[in-house]
Amino acid sequence: MPDWQGTFAGALLDPARHPPPGLVRPDGCAAGRRFDIYRNNVVVALIEALGEAFPVVRAVVGAQFFEAMAGVYVRAHPPSSPRMMFYGESFAPFLEGFEPAAQLTYLPDVARLEYARRLAYHAADDRAADPAVLAGLDEAKLTAVRLSLQAACHILRSAHPIHAIWRYNATEDKSPVQPAAEDVLVSRPDNRVLVQRLPPGGATFLLALQEGRSLGQAAAQAVAEAPSFDLGANLASAFSARIVTAISIQ
Amino acid sequence: MDGMHKAPSGLPRKAGVSYKPRYLEDMLVSPGPVSWVEIHAENYMVDGGPGIAGLRRVVERFPVSCHGVGLSIGSEGPLDAEHLDRLAHLASWLQPASVSEHLAWSGHGGAYFADLLPLPYDEATLRRVCDHMDEVQERLGRSILLENPANYLGFSYSSMAEVEFLAAIAVHTGCGLLLDINNVHVSAVNGACDAEAYLDAFPLALVGEIHLAGHEAETDEHGGPLLIDAHNNPVADPVWALFARLLARSGPLPVLIEWDNDLPEWPVLAAEAARADTMLVGCYA
Repeated sequence: MPDWQGTFAGALLDPARHPPPGLVRPDGCAAGRRFDIYRNNVVVALIEALGEAFPVVRAVVGAQFFEAMAGVYVRAHPPSSPRMMFYGESFAPFLEGFEPAAQLTYLPDVARLEYARRLAYHAADDRAADPAVLAGLDEAKLTAVRLSLQAACHILRSAHPIHAIWRYNATEDKSPVQPAAEDVLVSRPDNRVLVQRLPPGGATFLLALQEGRSLGQAAAQAVAEAPSFDLGANLASAFSARIVTAISIQ
Repeated sequence: MDGMHKAPSGLPRKAGVSYKPRYLEDMLVSPGPVSWVEIHAENYMVDGGPGIAGLRRVVERFPVSCHGVGLSIGSEGPLDAEHLDRLAHLASWLQPASVSEHLAWSGHGGAYFADLLPLPYDEATLRRVCDHMDEVQERLGRSILLENPANYLGFSYSSMAEVEFLAAIAVHTGCGLLLDINNVHVSAVNGACDAEAYLDAFPLALVGEIHLAGHEAETDEHGGPLLIDAHNNPVADPVWALFARLLARSGPLPVLIEWDNDLPEWPVLAAEAARADTMLVGCYA
């Protein structure tokens, strides 16, 4: 039976395709609708997995709409690995092209935030660096310092209030969501995933550090974008969020 | 633990439960009759985080069964080498008392379906499954247990009974078997076999672990009974009865209460384990 599993797999995700020949009930009787059990199990399990990964997207569009939307996604993009905690990597780009949700322009970025939380939860355990070594440095040495950020760190930039939308749907804080462009830091200090809104310039600063730029270069990029950028305050909050894992001094 | 009291798997001949992070504190404080735990290997194939941290505390206290659900041993194509490496890495730090997988396939052409899909029991499948089992056991440096599936479908060209097929794999590869009694019951009701005859024919000397689980009762399109292996309920009475029948022949074995969906509070799960434990203790009477 050449590639019967390929035929089986194709029919699992596409009700219009026929299962391979030779399937019977376990007692040898005609299979009837037994194949539909596998179709149903697979699609239901994948939709559930997606709903667990994207609870805020689900809350925003409603359970019924989510199920229909996820049904389209899981059939077109089944998991590529048995590590189901990472399923949904392409959900945000899928949402960008999903016509029925087109007016919810913020939805893909909300999905990106949720996926970043997933990644942060399972990222490597990094130890936070002690900022004390920075205290004795003169200005020239300080600007040349490079900081490594923890593996759990994700910096997201959005034209939409993704932090407020997430906060409204995922926490007890129900203060109203105001239209705004928001930058968000997802990190995992002390084994709990943290979602924080970044101040103007903060995202540029952290992204520059993540790319390996020096403290001076990163601060200059941040000031160029947001003249109000406060290096001391941003550095302090990076250390208090425990996202700096190594400090290298030239 | 005295080797005499261990099954072919290395697990104690006592009751265990499926470990879920929400049970961690309860399990450590009041384990009750729970002597060991089983994890789904794939849930811990990550770099770090709270899940791994919790599991490290579990391992200090309980023997662990590392139960894979995604290796797709029945795949027509080659095994996913990256996934096998991840399993080997997990097993190397976890040092589980047992490693097990399923007689099933779950992926094809780079797609993974998060389900255990059925296989025909013929010579070609036997050769392929044995080759894959050899590869897995060689990579892990240990023998593993292979679990009987819950069947909704069979294949007209199967030439062997399931028990015969499983026994042949064990003979060819040196693996042990994980006997899931709920799966036997589900398959029997769905038309595969007579559950008692299945258990009576099962090669008990190869059994390293028993699974007991709950299922969901539905109706097929002809109004007949149809059971779904959902792991979302207490163990059903017919499954307890089959377990008692098996124990009368086998003596005590490591037995797992497998509960994966619609999780109950800890005392409910511990009570299920207590019931199994009482039956195991009865074997010594």
